[in-house]
Amino acid sequence: MGSNMIVEARGLSHWFGDGEARKQALFDIDLALPRGSLTVLMGPSGSGKTTVLTLLGCLRGVQNGTVGLLGHELHGASEAELTALRQRLGFIFQSHNLHESLTAMQNVIMGVQVRPGVPDELARSAATQALGLVGLSDRLDYLPANLSGGQKQRVAVARALVGNPALVLADEPTAALDKDSAATIIDMLKRLGAERGTTTLLVTHDNRILDRADRILTLEDGRIVSIAGGT
Amino acid sequence: MSRLLQWIFGRLPIGWLQLTHKRGRFLAALSGVAFANVLVFVQLGIMNSMGTATLRPYEFFSADIMISASDANALAEGGNVARQWMLQAFADPDVTAGMGLFVSNVPWDRGGKDISFTTFGIDPAEPGFLAPEIAGKIALLQVQDVAILDRLARGLTRDEAAAIRPQTPLSFETQNRTLTALDTFAGGGGFGGDGFMFISDQTFLSLFPSRSSGAPDHILLRVRPGADVAAVTSRLRGLISDPTLRIRSYADAAQEDLRYQQMQRPTGLIFGFGVLIGVLVGLVIVYQVLSADVADHLREYATFKAMGYGSRFFLGIVVEEALILGILGFLPGLAVGTAILTLMGKVTALPLGMTASMAIMVFVGTVVFSVLSGTFATRRLAAADPADLF
Repeated sequence: MGSNMIVEARGLSHWFGDGEARKQALFDIDLALPRGSLTVLMGPSGSGKTTVLTLLGCLRGVQNGTVGLLGHELHGASEAELTALRQRLGFIFQSHNLHESLTAMQNVIMGVQVRPGVPDELARSAATQALGLVGLSDRLDYLPANLSGGQKQRVAVARALVGNPALVLADEPTAALDKDSAATIIDMLKRLGAERGTTTLLVTHDNRILDRADRILTLEDGRIVSIAGGT
Repeated sequence: MSRLLQWIFGRLPIGWLQLTHKRGRFLAALSGVAFANVLVFVQLGIMNSMGTATLRPYEFFSADIMISASDANALAEGGNVARQWMLQAFADPDVTAGMGLFVSNVPWDRGGKDISFTTFGIDPAEPGFLAPEIAGKIALLQVQDVAILDRLARGLTRDEAAAIRPQTPLSFETQNRTLTALDTFAGGGGFGGDGFMFISDQTFLSLFPSRSSGAPDHILLRVRPGADVAAVTSRLRGLISDPTLRIRSYADAAQEDLRYQQMQRPTGLIFGFGVLIGVLVGLVIVYQVLSADVADHLREYATFKAMGYGSRFFLGIVVEEALILGILGFLPGLAVGTAILTLMGKVTALPLGMTASMAIMVFVGTVVFSVLSGTFATRRLAAADPADLF
């Protein structure tokens, strides 16, 4: 794997189901994500975008091919290794998935607390800063039920970024956001890429984002059919 | 509370925050745990009370060995024992004294409120076989038809009992005779009778003409100070030729009676099942609460899994919830259980009440079974697949 590559997949194929119902979702995918880049993954429903995200996010085991992530091979990795690697990633889901019983601050702290040994004060300070970055400094102690849809999604973004992840995997992160909020989030991911080397792989149908992406990969029927803006 | 739990667990107290987020459900869960605790406390209280009531009459006497009929599972049960065996027992050099003990229930018709005394007929010339409180009054029994009454007996008012003195005796009719109570002692109601009464063996035989002075219900023996009671008991079994007799140390007889009441009598089994049902109710309630809580938060848990939290973290949350439910549910359970047992004790004159050992045992049991329920509930976490989040 090249030293500048956060992710490098070779010959990645994946199947779902067994026996007669076994169906191939990905076909021989080659993919590399350079450090600090923002890559958009596009494609119609069922094209395999989500499968790619879950495989690169260590949420599924690699069946065929190789995937190098942060210097670790995922094919054959144990559950404990995958769990440890996930602590170095940031996830932004289409649905915010905030914990209803925790305040915005507490939800974001969960993104730091996953790493053992982080002092409480440091976790609080990082969470406060992350919520400030997404414009929610005045909503620290709000429960999700008292936040708007866009605010909840921004809390989810803060939770994904608070641990300073090496790779952010995002699924339609701007779907619930207005134009300005969406632009703020994407600009922030771009800025983190430039300042901290944070790499982002983002699944979206939002055309507002495309002109900000470093590269655009298009998947169809489990195959990469086009790469725009890079290799 | 949040800060305390955060300090204890070294992380956000998610279990506490989850439980208190839905306060109505939390209070209902605590009520359920408290209810299960009350069930266990009441059943345990009754079981303990049965034990105390069973052993109480044994405390009236001071003996080393007891000879009883083969079917005498309890002090007031079984056939008679020929007095000749007491004389035979004296052949052992370590046996120093013996006394025949007559036992029967004596009713007292109080005009629609009959009470029944477990009555002991004893030899007034043998105060050494009696506990000090009773031994000091036994001389009164040398007069025919005199009784010493249980002042804690059910159906006897406290004022009425307090007035009983040699100067102001209380006479009552029973078995077509008039008994006169000249003094009292502290006994207490039991499951087999409303209280206890001491009379002389001669008065006993007058009340029960069919009984014979040569066949008491039990024979009590005392051995030489320093003698090995177990060894003497063993020797007596060889010495006394009737193999059907039960020759036991007095302490063993009491414990065997207790085991018989708890393990073989229906009442003991019923109370034992009551305790079991209380424990099961508690288990089911805690499991249901935690299981529903896990199911409600599967998506959040899947998110935490995706973020890199491991199975120990989730087990920690559920155990945290189980501990909170167990501990906070125990406290009202203890308060209500104590109140109910106290009330029942006053109404029934049974030795019912909360004891420290009972409270500690139920507390430990509550915590252990709550955690056990929580551990079962975590099996539902397997359904939280983070791959489904995308």
